[in-house]
Amino acid sequence: MLRQPATSTQITHLDRLWLYVLCGLVIVFLIAPTLLVIPMSFSDSRYLSFPPESWSLRWYRAYFGSLEWRDATVVSLQAAFLTTIVATVTGTLAAYGLHLARSGAGRLVQVALTLPMMIPVILLAIGIFLFFAPLELNNSLSGLVLAHTVLALPLVLISVTAGFKSFDMNQEMVARSMGASRPRAFLTVTLPQIRNSVISGALLAFITSLDEVVIGLLIAGGDKATLTRRMFLALRDEIDPTIAAISSLLIVLSIVLLAVSQYFQSEPRD
Amino acid sequence: MATPADAPAAGGNRSASLPITIERLVKSYGSFKALDDVSLSIRSGEFITLLGPSGSGKTTLLMVLAGFVRPQSGSVRFADREVVLLPPHKRDIGMVFQNYALFPHMTVAGNLAYPLKLRNVPAREIAGRVERALDLIQLSAFGERRIDQLSGGQRQRVALARAVIFEPRILLMDEPLSALDKNLREQMQLEVRRLHDRLGMTTVYVTHDQREALTMSDRIAVINRGRVVQLDRPRELYERPATHFVASFIGESSTLPIEVRDGRPSFAGAPLLSAAPAPASSASSFLVLRPEKLRLLADAAPAEANVIAGHVRQNVFQGDSIVTYVRTASDHEIAIRRSLRTDEVLPEMGTAVRVGFSAEDAIIVPADADAPQTGRS
Ligand SMILES: Nc1ncnc2c1ncn2[C@@H]1O[C@H](COP(=O)(O)OP(=O)(O)OP(=O)(O)O)[C@@H](O)[C@H]1O
Ligand SMILES: [Mg+2]
Repeated sequence: MLRQPATSTQITHLDRLWLYVLCGLVIVFLIAPTLLVIPMSFSDSRYLSFPPESWSLRWYRAYFGSLEWRDATVVSLQAAFLTTIVATVTGTLAAYGLHLARSGAGRLVQVALTLPMMIPVILLAIGIFLFFAPLELNNSLSGLVLAHTVLALPLVLISVTAGFKSFDMNQEMVARSMGASRPRAFLTVTLPQIRNSVISGALLAFITSLDEVVIGLLIAGGDKATLTRRMFLALRDEIDPTIAAISSLLIVLSIVLLAVSQYFQSEPRD
Repeated sequence: MATPADAPAAGGNRSASLPITIERLVKSYGSFKALDDVSLSIRSGEFITLLGPSGSGKTTLLMVLAGFVRPQSGSVRFADREVVLLPPHKRDIGMVFQNYALFPHMTVAGNLAYPLKLRNVPAREIAGRVERALDLIQLSAFGERRIDQLSGGQRQRVALARAVIFEPRILLMDEPLSALDKNLREQMQLEVRRLHDRLGMTTVYVTHDQREALTMSDRIAVINRGRVVQLDRPRELYERPATHFVASFIGESSTLPIEVRDGRPSFAGAPLLSAAPAPASSASSFLVLRPEKLRLLADAAPAEANVIAGHVRQNVFQGDSIVTYVRTASDHEIAIRRSLRTDEVLPEMGTAVRVGFSAEDAIIVPADADAPQTGRS
C-alpha cells in the first residue's frame, strides 16, 4: 500500500478513500438483495424471514419433491436450450452478414434487430401475445422459444459483432482462394477465431431465457408454465419459502454462466 | 476440368501454368468506373505486374481474377475456360495478401497443410509436402510455431509457401512485400522471382512501387484510372514510354514541354533530334529526359545531337552518384545524374553549363488526354 506519495503528483490510497467507500456502497446495494435470499432459503420457518431462526434443507426438499416445480423446471430448461440454439445460430449469421454489408440498409437491419432491447419488455410481451394468438403459438414451447429468441438475439448479435471487429476477413478470402467453399471457410477459419464471442453470446442467451418472467407470464400458461412464471404466481398467492430455494439455485447457475461467459470474452485468442 | 492435369501432381507431369485472357472488363461502383474496359493477355508462365498509383484499380482487377469481385461485363479466361462466373474456390489459384492473412489459430505447418486437406490429400503425403515446403522457405524448424511467433519476413515466406503448396497454375499477389523494410523487401523480390522461375506458374503481381515492378517482371501493365495505359517489358517501358503518365510514373525523369510542327519537334525555339518518330502534330507534347542518360558538356567535348544551355542550380550528393539540377534559359529544370570520380570538382552554383543528350535518349510523349501531370525530377 502506498501511504506516502512517491512524487508530488501521485495520488495516495488515502486521497481516494471516499472513492472506495462510494464503490463499496454501490456494490452492497447491488448485491445484497440478491444474496439475502440465500440464507433465507435455508430457513426452517414456514414463512420467508430474515435472519432465519433455525436452519434446514426442507425447502430444497420441497422443491425437488414437487412434480409441479419439476415440470416447470423442465419447460424452462427446454426453452432455454432451444432459445440458445436458435438465437446463437441466427445471431451469429446476422452478425456475419452485417459485418460484410457496408450499406445503409445493413445499419437499419442492425437497429431493427437490437430494438427489443430498447422496448419495455411488458410492451414486447403484449405485442407477442397478440401476434401469437391467431397463430396459436401461445402456451406452446415453440412460441416460448420464438419469443425468448427475440430477447436473446440482440445479445448474441452484439457479442459476435464485437468478435468480428478483431477478425481479419482477408483470412476467409484466402481460405476460399485455396479451395474452401464459403461455408467451409467460415467453419474452419472464421468460427474458430470468433469462437469465444459466440460462446459468450450463447451463454447470455441461455440466461436471458431462463430468467425471463414477463413474457412467460403472458404466453406460457397451462402445462408450458415456466419456472419463473410459477415462482411469480406462488409469490402472489402465498409466500412460500420454496421460492427462496429455487432463487438461490438460479442465482448460483446464473453467476456460474456469467463467469464462464466473461472468461470467454476476455480470454485472448490463441 | 476435363484435362488430365487434374490428377494429383505427384509426378510433376501436370502443366505448371495457364494463360489468362482478359477482355473488355468493366467494373463500376455507382457511376465510378474502377475498371474501365480492361483487356490483357497474359502468357502461360509469365510474371506480369500490375503497376499504378493508389486507387487506379489494381486490386479490383486482381479480385476479378480471383473471383471475389464480379464485373458488370467482360470476360476472363484461364486457357480456354471462361471463369468470370466461377466462384473463387473452384478457380484453383494461389493468393498472397498484403497482410499475409495467415491463420493465427493454426501452427505454421497447419497453415501449409490447409489447402492440401481441402483437396483430401492423404495425411502422410501432406506431412511430406509440408516438410518440403518448409525446407524451401528455410523454416524447417518452425513447423510447430504459432504465427505470432514469426517475424514479418518469415510470415511473408509462409504466406507464399501456403499459396503455392497445392501447385496452383496461377498465383496472384497483392503488394505482398509492402509491409517489409527496404532491405528485406529487396531480398524477397529476388526470392519471389526465383520461386516463380522454379515452379513456373503464371503470376500476376500487384505493386505501386515502380522499381519493384522493373526488378521482378517479365512484363508490366501500367494502370491508371481503371485503364491499362501500356503493357510492355520493363526496359521498353522505361525507354519507350507511350504517354506522359507512364514516363513520369516509371523511373525518374525531367519533362519539358515542346512543340511539334510538321513532325519536327523543337524546345524553346531550338530543333530537337529524336530517334523515335514524333507524334504528327500537337501543341502539347513533352520531352522526357532520364537523369542518367544526360551529360554535362565540357567546352572541349564533342557536341551531342542535342544541347540545352542553362545554369547550375543545385548539386545533391547521394553517395554512389550526384544529381545536378540545371535551370534552362526557358526556366525549366533538368536533373542530371552522374557518378563522380573522387578528384572531380563539382560545377559551382550559377555556372553556365550545357546539357547534352543523344537522339536515342530524346523521348517524346504526347500529353495525357486528361489532367496533365508534371514529371518528378
Ligand atoms: N467496394 C467498393 N465500393 C466503392 N468503391 C470501391 C470499392 N472497391 C474499390 N473501390 C474504388 O475503386 C478504385 C480502385 O480501387 P483499388 O482497390 O482497385 O485500387 P488499387 O489500385 O488497388 O489502389 P492501392 O494501390 O491504394 O491499393 C478506388 O478508387 C476505390 O475507391
Ligand atoms: Mg490495392
